[in-house]
Amino acid sequence: MLYTYLYVILLSSLKSKPMKTIIVVGNGMVGYKFCEKLAARKESENFKVIVFGEEPRAAYDRVHLSEFFGNRDAKALELAPMDWYAENKIELIVNERITDIHRKTKTVTTGSDKTYTYDYLVLATGSSPFVPPINGVEKEGVFVYRTIEDLEAMLDYAEKIKSKKTKGRAAILGGGLLGLEAGKAVMDMGLEPHVVEYAPKLMPRQLDSRSSNVLQLTLENMGINVHSGKATNRILGNGAITGMDFGEDDTLEVDMLVISAGIRPRDELGRTCNLEMGVRGGIVVNDRMQTSDPSIFAIGEVALYNQMIYGLVAPGYEMAEVAVNQIVESYEVIMRAEIDMSTKLKLIGVDVASFGIPYMPADKGLSIIYENKTKGLYKRINVSHDGKTLLGGIMVGDAADYSILHQMYLNNIPLPDNAEELIVGARGEGGSAFGSAMDLPDTAVICSCEAVTKGAVCCSVIDDGNETVKAVAKATKATTGCGGCKPMVADLVKESLKTLGKTVKENICEHFDYSRQELFDIVKLRGIEDYDQLLDEVGKGHGCEVCKPLAASIFASIYNETANRQETIQDSNDRYLANIQRNGTYSVVPRVAGGEISPKQLMAMGRIAKKYDLYTKITGGQRIDMFGAKLHELPLIWEELIAEGFETGQAYGKSLRTVKSCVGSTWCRYGMDESVSFAIEIENRYKGIRSPHKFKGGVSGCIRECAEARGKDFGFIAVEGGWNVYVGGNGGANPRHAELLAEKVDKKTAITYVDRFMMFYIKTAPPLTRTAAWLEKLEGGITYLKNVVINDSLGIAKELDADMQKFVDTYKCEWKEAVETPEIRERYTHFINSDETDDNIEFVSLREQKMPKEWA
Amino acid sequence: MIANLSTYESVTTEEVKVWFKAGPVHKFPKNGGACIKYKDKQIAVFNFTRQGQWYACQNLCPHKMEMVLSRGMIGEEDRQPKIACPLHKSTFSLKTGENLNGSLDAIATYPVKVEGETVYVGFME
Ligand code: SRM
Ligand SMILES: Cc1cc2nc3c(=O)[nH]c(=O)nc-3n(C[C@H](O)[C@H](O)[C@H](O)COP(=O)(O)OP(=O)(O)OC[C@H]3O[C@@H](n4cnc5c(N)ncnc54)[C@H](O)[C@@H]3O)c2cc1C
Ligand code: SF4
Ligand code: FES
Repeated sequence: MLYTYLYVILLSSLKSKPMKTIIVVGNGMVGYKFCEKLAARKESENFKVIVFGEEPRAAYDRVHLSEFFGNRDAKALELAPMDWYAENKIELIVNERITDIHRKTKTVTTGSDKTYTYDYLVLATGSSPFVPPINGVEKEGVFVYRTIEDLEAMLDYAEKIKSKKTKGRAAILGGGLLGLEAGKAVMDMGLEPHVVEYAPKLMPRQLDSRSSNVLQLTLENMGINVHSGKATNRILGNGAITGMDFGEDDTLEVDMLVISAGIRPRDELGRTCNLEMGVRGGIVVNDRMQTSDPSIFAIGEVALYNQMIYGLVAPGYEMAEVAVNQIVESYEVIMRAEIDMSTKLKLIGVDVASFGIPYMPADKGLSIIYENKTKGLYKRINVSHDGKTLLGGIMVGDAADYSILHQMYLNNIPLPDNAEELIVGARGEGGSAFGSAMDLPDTAVICSCEAVTKGAVCCSVIDDGNETVKAVAKATKATTGCGGCKPMVADLVKESLKTLGKTVKENICEHFDYSRQELFDIVKLRGIEDYDQLLDEVGKGHGCEVCKPLAASIFASIYNETANRQETIQDSNDRYLANIQRNGTYSVVPRVAGGEISPKQLMAMGRIAKKYDLYTKITGGQRIDMFGAKLHELPLIWEELIAEGFETGQAYGKSLRTVKSCVGSTWCRYGMDESVSFAIEIENRYKGIRSPHKFKGGVSGCIRECAEARGKDFGFIAVEGGWNVYVGGNGGANPRHAELLAEKVDKKTAITYVDRFMMFYIKTAPPLTRTAAWLEKLEGGITYLKNVVINDSLGIAKELDADMQKFVDTYKCEWKEAVETPEIRERYTHFINSDETDDNIEFVSLREQKMPKEWA
Repeated sequence: MIANLSTYESVTTEEVKVWFKAGPVHKFPKNGGACIKYKDKQIAVFNFTRQGQWYACQNLCPHKMEMVLSRGMIGEEDRQPKIACPLHKSTFSLKTGENLNGSLDAIATYPVKVEGETVYVGFME
């Protein structure tokens, strides 16, 4: 009885609770998010929501605004269609500005002079671009970059410029995140972009000067001009802009200017109704997003929280979440004290990211910096003095590891002992040593825009059966914001599938569900003879440019066949036994073992090069390259070279290139042994062998190392008492010194060890992986390799020795084979129905020789 | 003479006015290509033996305007036959000419027919 009674009272009290009205001012990204989050709550039934938006359309994705330049499709940016608001009983009034707030009566007035009453008022008025008070900013052709209307105006103006001149120029004032995005945008509009930055470097808030330099170089290579350290005094032009004046006769002619010099909160409503304001603007809020008037909330870029305005969506979304919770009386949900300001530039063509404390003085922590100017790479991480915590970092050129590093930073994950591997990476350039995203705690927020945790992503795969990134995105909303978390979500999906026993295999391509090593074993065990048979027996479809050369390399490694037999599965250079050059002509590189060449051979080469009018040059591999041969000339040239005793140098193949030598004890006063003889012997031993990637050797006569043997895939250095054997070295893009495999061994032993090393590599390496990269990935590294090669820990030494000996015994010069076989010679014609040659080839002269005409 | 993209325009079988005799079948490598000359045009002709199909396209790669496509490698991607340029591996559909791994201009494609031992390529003029 009593219970029923109470129940009735309760029910009636609920019923009598009056509907409350929430008025949202501003229908931008954060204002919309507030509506979305509220609509998802069952408590939303108790509220009437009215939203006012000053723009002519419903909220859209400002973050991806630049995409509008490409397609002019405003619909594609829409966050939700108009119907959505109606369906969720939200009244949206667009094109209507709120002009006044009357706190006493709890009402607002609109631009069209209507009055509305609220119980709760949510200010989500965002910000507007800051336009510095420069003389002339009011001129025609000066724009800001914030709304779809701004972009439409810019596009129209750019068209006007382009109709008047061929090479119009646009400047962007401000080299921050947004300015660079605008730079790319005007470039895509067909204007020459010039970014003008007041600070001495680009992205001054996120980057240190070195990374900024690297970024600047990359941008300039892309065609975006950068002018840093420039203060703009005046905008020039009579009516319309014609240039910018930096003072002291320093001017830049431009036809258009986009101002991107920061933002100012649109706090005018707060000011007029006397809410507490920040000194430099912004409406002050507490950790419940309440302003100084508890029934008025402020969220997004208008809110001053912790004395900061956050110009990013993620904090704005979190504020929306907090405000919704406070209004529906879930008071425990409040704003975090620390807001993460990490950012990743979404410019197409350059990776730029920074997180945590991007740079700082040395007394605050230690920095590890990796820079590769030729590749436009810069990575920096800042680590606490005890080496245990990641404080922040910067990456330019390759931000693939941004997500994982960012997560390590956010979740305070202890650093590995070799923190430098986080950026230089055990996986080689661009890789990182940090195992996988799976090592993160379940609570780690992977997608900060939508606040999706790692746990939620994994659950979505494991429990809900979403097996692709797309499906997970749909279910959890992860990746649907800025998209920066996509690589990590992809990793998590892959790893979660693995835990279900559904392996995502790293297959060669759509035609073979195998790795190179698996395919190698299949060919060998089944005795498969050619590519067609391989496709028929273990592959599917008709092959492609990835699996064909890979299969060719396997056939060559197993049967030591030349590139002539299955010519159409070879990479183009192998197919024609020559390296194709920029104008479609070829180079000719005969073998000059060990770099030793006689005057007679030199003269023969000189004569032939002259006869065929070839450009000649000494290569970095101690031999002579002759360039500019037309396809039909190749067999003629080689015929003459072979007659003079030369053979192919395989400069085109994934095979032995050169063994570099120093002059050694034969002439050199410091030489400990005959390095030239050894180099010639070893070059002749390995010539013609096809492998996963090219390989090179070096032999030095003493530790002064003039032959750079430690920069090669294998190297020998003469020392007191024998030869030191080094393996896994590499020059090129990512130099690595070779590691010591054996010390003071005799020549025969040295050769045996390198035989086994090479054979082991050939059998197990992934495609297009040099020995250096392979060794880096080999579990157990050099110690394991020593065991296999020296102690025969796998019991395969005999087999490796025999396989190598077979290579050595069956070597053939493939150019000799080609010139002596009429059917192969026939491949060397430009047209099969005419003796004419390619008339598209043009040369220009160069220092008494010639070179291809430059590409347009 | 420096090549001009406008020399090349796709031809469909219905539009063919001239079936030009390109050469005997054996001159075209199995699963590979060769180049023929027709008037001022260079045409790459591919003998896709595995599919039992023949394809023809302009020899000119629109990337750097070099006459090299016939020396590229053929293959397929999602069942679509394609050619990979030997210079920088741009790939193009042999059916539609469309650039599959970038946004280069499409290349022109031409119909091919084989009668007995002879290969013919179709042109509009
Ligand atoms: C001709 C030559 C430059 C020269 O004029 O000196 C040259 C030219 C080419 N090199 Fe090289 N490299 C030449 C010596 C080197 C050297 C120096 C050396 O061997 O001591 C290196 C650094 C050492 C090393 O490899 O560890 C070198 C590192 C590379 C790399 C980077 C390899 C790497 O693992 O990072 C490539 C790119 C690749 O192979 O993927 C490359 C690729 C190329 C290619 C094949 C690029 C291409 O695909 O067209 C160039 C065409 C060769 C040709 O004949 O048309 N070349 N290249 C040198 C020929 C040497 C020879 O006699 O065969
Ligand atoms: C080109 C560009 C690229 C960006 N890229 C990124 C990025 O990669 N990552 C990132 O995190 N952030 C990015 N941002 C920033 C991001 O867009 C903003 O942080 C976000 O839009 C802020 O949302 P908001 O709702 O606070 O403000 P807004 O989206 O500006 O919305 C405020 C709305 O309120 C309206 N309004 C103002 N006053 C009134 C009034 N009195 N009455 C009625 N309506 C009113 C305005 O017209 C506007 O529509 C980018 C911004 C731009 C312009
Ligand atoms: S490495 Fe030794 S032997 Fe060779 S040139 Fe230098 S000093 Fe002489
Ligand atoms: S010339 Fe064909 S891809 Fe560059």
